[in-house]
Amino acid sequence: MTIVTQSYPKTSWRRFKASAFRVMTLLALLFVVGPALWLVLGVVVRAVPNWKWSVLTTLSQGTSGGLENAVVGTLVIMVGVLLVAGSVGVLTGIHLAELAPARKNGKAGGGLFRLAVDVLAGFPSIVLGYAGYVALCVALHWGFSLLPAILILSLMVVPYIAKSTESALRQVPTAYREGAEALGMTAGYSLRKVVLKSALPGIVTGLLIALAVAGGETAPLLYTAGATNSLPSWSLVHHPISYLTYYVWTDYNQPSAQAHVVSYDAALILVVLVLTLLVVSRLVVARTQRHSESFR
Amino acid sequence: MLVRRHEDRAWRISARVASLLPVAGVAFIVIVLALKAWPATTVNGVSFLTSSQWVPGNTYGAVVHTHGVAHPMGSSYGAWPLIAGTLETSVIALVIALPISLGTAFALTERLPRWVAQPITFFVEILAGIPSVIIGLWGVLQLGPFLASHVYPLVANHVPNVPVLRFFRGSTGYGEGLLTSGLILGLMIVPIIASTTRDLFMQVPPLPKEGAEALGMTDAEVARHVTIPWVRSGIIGATVLGLGRALGETIAVAMVSGSILGKLSPNIYGTMTTIAATIVSQLDSAATDGTGFAISTLAEAGLLLAVIAIVVNLAARTIVRHSASHAAPVGRV
Repeated sequence: MTIVTQSYPKTSWRRFKASAFRVMTLLALLFVVGPALWLVLGVVVRAVPNWKWSVLTTLSQGTSGGLENAVVGTLVIMVGVLLVAGSVGVLTGIHLAELAPARKNGKAGGGLFRLAVDVLAGFPSIVLGYAGYVALCVALHWGFSLLPAILILSLMVVPYIAKSTESALRQVPTAYREGAEALGMTAGYSLRKVVLKSALPGIVTGLLIALAVAGGETAPLLYTAGATNSLPSWSLVHHPISYLTYYVWTDYNQPSAQAHVVSYDAALILVVLVLTLLVVSRLVVARTQRHSESFR
Repeated sequence: MLVRRHEDRAWRISARVASLLPVAGVAFIVIVLALKAWPATTVNGVSFLTSSQWVPGNTYGAVVHTHGVAHPMGSSYGAWPLIAGTLETSVIALVIALPISLGTAFALTERLPRWVAQPITFFVEILAGIPSVIIGLWGVLQLGPFLASHVYPLVANHVPNVPVLRFFRGSTGYGEGLLTSGLILGLMIVPIIASTTRDLFMQVPPLPKEGAEALGMTDAEVARHVTIPWVRSGIIGATVLGLGRALGETIAVAMVSGSILGKLSPNIYGTMTTIAATIVSQLDSAATDGTGFAISTLAEAGLLLAVIAIVVNLAARTIVRHSASHAAPVGRV
């Protein structure tokens, strides 16, 4: 009986701690969702009242005018990154998942290549931008232009694509590969027709996230892509190319109200662009998960 | 059949060539940084890490040579305020983000019904992809001014004047500074830590938790003695990964830190700068230094940042991989 009387006050203290814990978890959630909603809605609410659709069809004049050049420039840069980083990243992922021989202890192989991808993912984006500026723009005399921008952004997003491709390939059931081999397919043919096909949603997700990152980056572009108020030209070097994040970054602290409108317009287009890509990528994931469950 | 055998080889060769490109990319960046940083390293010496001066010197005046490296007269660089600023903002971000992420992960896995938790999980994951320039825009034009006029003065006027807490007193500024940068960084790394932790909590099998509950533990005790220890190394890995992101974040911090060079912030609200923010805001003016010494100094700062960020990042990945490949120990407290 003594035990019970002694433990009683402790129990109420424990009960208090338990309810405090519950309150704290919900408060924590509030501290994430609250500011995040404020962030997204805050940008949208300040941008929408001044929004004109002509922004998409007029060229910028720096702190005023439209953003047609920046929208087109961002899309051009994203297509370039998709081509360069997409092919390199997907092939690197294939190499890491399928072709690199496994280590003796049974763990995944590809030591040096895997390390390079991890290290690349760890570089701060401004450091990549700096290297692009001094080596590509200055030392190689390419100037602020499309090619250095695409190459530096690609270096930045290749790890995302390689990692997501690798994990998508590793989730393909072994039975598929064995079935393909039993039918007499060569390794390359089965990779293209069977393995890559069932890993495709995972790969596409990685590509979409990489595109969202590429479209929303600022630091690596400031000193590689340069700035211009004209539409992108077809030359890879010597001609600066404009992009949306530049106008957010340069116009937010200008004195004129018009500059703030430009800044928020660019931010709104970016939010819509990036969120669309991310939502689509999540829908792809949701779809595949539904499929993979029906397989079981 | 011949074509198919060629296809085999085509895949093999192209994948091998492609996977060499990241290796080449890393080599390219490291070599460029090291070559560019070398002149600055020889002139700035060890005091680069401890000095607080950031004086470009007279870029139109006489050129002096130190150790055979040309630099403008009177130039003197010290990165201590940048290093300290980088560490301070990252620590603030971690101190804020870790408990909030753990709480969020608990709320999402244990407390909320599925139909509420699922859209919020989705939202938190999306948050990780919001461009940093937009977070910076919101931070400098909306969050910062709000905190500076409504929250900071409240804290600064009511905190007692004792050793550690003294840092929270004094002038609260206009919302650009150390604490705002730390808060913004915290918001940016919460999605990384929270969504990883949530996934980890989902992997904790229900039986040990139910067993602990059957022994009379409250849900707070189950969380502390069963769930968190079960996935501890994974949480540490995710936290360190978030730290890596906070250390290297550039644009958002450049927008909300106030970008003041050459001095440390006297209190937690003051303007400051970080290594990454300095590189992005100083590269333009550094290009006016005809001797190239300012550019070289920025390379030294960049190299320093890259080394810190990569060590942190690799450590995080090793911890995460380690925790993923080993089964969780049963009943370890």
